Amino acid sequence: MNNPPDIAQDPAEHEEYAHGVHQHVSRYLIVGAVLLFFTLLTVALSYVDFGGFFSWLFHVQISPATGSKLNIAIALIVAAFKVSLVGLIFMHLAAEKRLIYRVLIFTGFFVLGLFWLTYLAWYNPVVR
Amino acid sequence: MEIPYTISTRPDTGLWNAKIGIWLFLASEVMLFGGLFSAYVFLRLDAAPGMWPHGLLNVPVGTMNTAILIISSVTVVLAWAALKMRRYRAYWWYMLATILCGIIFLVVKLSYEWPQKFVHFGAYIKPAALEKYEQYLGNHHLTERGLPPRLEITGHLENHEALHDPNVKEYEIAMDPVNADPTNPAMDRPHFFYVPPTDKVAKIEKEDVERIDSFGPWHSTYFASYFTITGLHGLHVLGGVLVFIYMWLPVSKKVYQRNPEHLANRVEVSGLFWHFVDLIWIFVFPLFYLL
Repeated sequence: MNNPPDIAQDPAEHEEYAHGVHQHVSRYLIVGAVLLFFTLLTVALSYVDFGGFFSWLFHVQISPATGSKLNIAIALIVAAFKVSLVGLIFMHLAAEKRLIYRVLIFTGFFVLGLFWLTYLAWYNPVVR
Repeated sequence: MEIPYTISTRPDTGLWNAKIGIWLFLASEVMLFGGLFSAYVFLRLDAAPGMWPHGLLNVPVGTMNTAILIISSVTVVLAWAALKMRRYRAYWWYMLATILCGIIFLVVKLSYEWPQKFVHFGAYIKPAALEKYEQYLGNHHLTERGLPPRLEITGHLENHEALHDPNVKEYEIAMDPVNADPTNPAMDRPHFFYVPPTDKVAKIEKEDVERIDSFGPWHSTYFASYFTITGLHGLHVLGGVLVFIYMWLPVSKKVYQRNPEHLANRVEVSGLFWHFVDLIWIFVFPLFYLL
């Protein structure tokens, strides 16, 4: 079986297509720069004592344990933002076919189930 | 007979074979790493106070490796775009850059980061003897500030024979700054730059030590998770590099000459795998290095 060619053989039409890809290139470079910036940002933020900062800002008492949880939450928010950029732009998930979204919805559902099992084991509703 | 839908898309799904194949594979990978990350969360949440170490990894080196992976993600997507624009020469250079980034990442990990851990030691002090070593632990100072206690004295082990020889009664450890100057407020939080052990040597009686180990996977649940996850991640980087080398070699130019779109599709799916490896690292880096 011979595959039909995926791209138009008409040179003019291909040129137009290549032009579209060309426009994407600058987007990839910008996203790369944003990812590098957010890497440095997450490193810098990890040295900020958010517990101390928020207790100063809102005049409340925040224990160091709660403060370190704040740092974890902030680092994870930055990581989630970076990961969504990689997924949406580099992995082309911003515009993909429906079947791939379906596969990913299933994956998300099962991975959440997996974390839920871990949570149950940690929470231990029987003993605690 | 040729395999159908390697280049053209199936009319019902709008996808070519490898595209759906790689996404199914990545779905299974999400479950694999998801299991490990959930184990990490579980172990960390249940770690006793002072039993989840901080600041033991080299942050500047980790930051550099993160940047290298991000740059390689950009170069691989540029390699794919170059093929789409039928610029083989540019593709070749971008692919070479990607391969080099992957190799640098692995070399840094295997020749510097991991070996440095294997020569660093930590001695967990028995709870009853903590007070005896207060000058190295600074727990009174930490309690005052509401911080978790230090249960371990870390640094370079000066007398390795103490590990095996029952006649040697003490471990001699050239301490890390955190134990050499434990009440200094600057030691309350981890440092950005790696500071090597000081000249100050602590003599710790063997009978006061619960266990002593180098910073390998056997040291703690922290290092066990670190080596498991970064080891598995490193194997993925290696796998990606090998695939990219194959696509960069002249053998792949033949595929390009027969049908450039075929090579572009191969680069796209292996690129998807590579972005996934980058994505995992984006979580690994803060979880292990920074928090």
